[in-house]
Amino acid sequence: MGVGINVRDLKAWFGASEALHGINMNVGANGVTAIIGPSGCGKSTFVRCLNRMHETIPGATMKGEVTVGDVSILEQSAVDVRRRIGMVFQKPNPFPTMSIYDNVAAGLKLNGMRNRSKTDEIVEKSLRQSALWEEVKDTLKKKSGASLSGGQQQRLCIARALAVAPEVLLMDEPASALDPISTGKIEELIEELKQNYTIVIVTHNMQQAARVAGFTGFFLMGNLIEFDKTEKIFTNPSDKRTEDYITGRFG
Amino acid sequence: MSNGNQTLGVQRISLRRRIANHLVTYSALGASVLVIVPLVAIFGYLLMKGIGSINWAFLTQIPKPVGEPGGGMGNAIVGSAIILLIASCFGIPLGIGAGIFLAEFGRNKFGNIVRFTSDVLNGVPSIVVGIAVYGLVVVTQKHFSALAGGVALGIMMIPTVARSTEEMLLMVPRTIREAAWGLGVPQWRTTLSVTLKTASAGVITGTMLAFARAAGETAPLLFTAFGNQFWNWNVNQPTAALPLQVFVYAISPFDEWHRQAWAGALVLIILIVAAVTAVRIVTSRGMYRGAA
Repeated sequence: MGVGINVRDLKAWFGASEALHGINMNVGANGVTAIIGPSGCGKSTFVRCLNRMHETIPGATMKGEVTVGDVSILEQSAVDVRRRIGMVFQKPNPFPTMSIYDNVAAGLKLNGMRNRSKTDEIVEKSLRQSALWEEVKDTLKKKSGASLSGGQQQRLCIARALAVAPEVLLMDEPASALDPISTGKIEELIEELKQNYTIVIVTHNMQQAARVAGFTGFFLMGNLIEFDKTEKIFTNPSDKRTEDYITGRFG
Repeated sequence: MSNGNQTLGVQRISLRRRIANHLVTYSALGASVLVIVPLVAIFGYLLMKGIGSINWAFLTQIPKPVGEPGGGMGNAIVGSAIILLIASCFGIPLGIGAGIFLAEFGRNKFGNIVRFTSDVLNGVPSIVVGIAVYGLVVVTQKHFSALAGGVALGIMMIPTVARSTEEMLLMVPRTIREAAWGLGVPQWRTTLSVTLKTASAGVITGTMLAFARAAGETAPLLFTAFGNQFWNWNVNQPTAALPLQVFVYAISPFDEWHRQAWAGALVLIILIVAAVTAVRIVTSRGMYRGAA
């Protein structure tokens, strides 16, 4: 089951340059929240702060208060945070030397799971959830994860993230490297998953945000300009800058 | 500008391109042939000179005194295997460990020092490594031994293994590491089970290169393993090795020994190729169809 995310005065830096200038946002449990904005506005940095991936970059730091469920992520170890908060990246990144099965089981095995029948069960369930099971069930242990098509690889990465039963799923432009048909499949998948997970999705594609998200946040130059119901953002935004962006006057 | 001129221009460029294309293609082909020729020539010559003296006795018996026909290098084959096993047990883990450090945590001053030291060690003449190990191990132990020979060859292996491991790990894209971190996999586990595994084909190639080079080294063994005319299974005793035996036989004045030296060199090459091939077959079992 998903949990809510509460962000208070979140700031992030790359070395000395501040990339996020104090973000406040309340993301409700279960459902999809989209983050939109022009390139370089800090939307990827924002989601990468939520699972503390940001600080893996040399020189990168963050400050503020982020609670996921009722735990503050800065008081928890980064490893524990990332077990609770899954992530899907822009470019599909399956482990190239692992089979399809091992890719999905990676999070379990590398964290010490030894129970084989349990692992089998979770792998099948995760692949069914990511709508990939029918396409790969015959070659699970024979083919490398890297042998799949781009769209299949991305669904494999989603299955891999789901296998560790996260409370939140972060998606950083998950469909931007995919063709329209694969994108459609990913969006259907997001539609399914939002029943049970809290999903935060970064997207460059405003139609995509409008299609999948219940709430949308608009970022500009490291600030959250507006955060509201998606319908409101796209039909009647409160801020002039949001309106300019969604009507295509800049960005 | 008329159309005719443009067409002519296109044709001229395309002719020049065709010539340049052929020139580069055939130079590359020529270079590859030049690389293969010495290898084939050496192996062919060894085969011609050595194959006649290889028989069951050569592979299983110890050397006979001068004048007595027959005898073999069985003890040197076993000795080389023992020394190389010791060298690998000591050199490969240290080398891979240093390579991991350099790639994952070595972007700093200490890393640069390690990198520089490793490159210097790679350039140290092998006989100097032999003398150093003589001083460190042989003098301390008060006798020559397979152990000392193994340490000397292990030291020779470290820089090659370390630097090739580093290069291969750096080729693994950051996105693969992030995928593992994103699953809540700790850093050490990510490095060993994901990054190193992804780079394993290249790391194995580098390691095999170091192994093959060490297997053929003679100079570091002169004052460490020393050589032995009899069977020896004790790692604390002087031990025969194929390159040493080939060296001793090759500079001797006896025709029979010369023939055996050729045979020894041939056996050495065949065993190295066999070992490298075996490692490749065993390690490629974990790979999947379509893997990068």
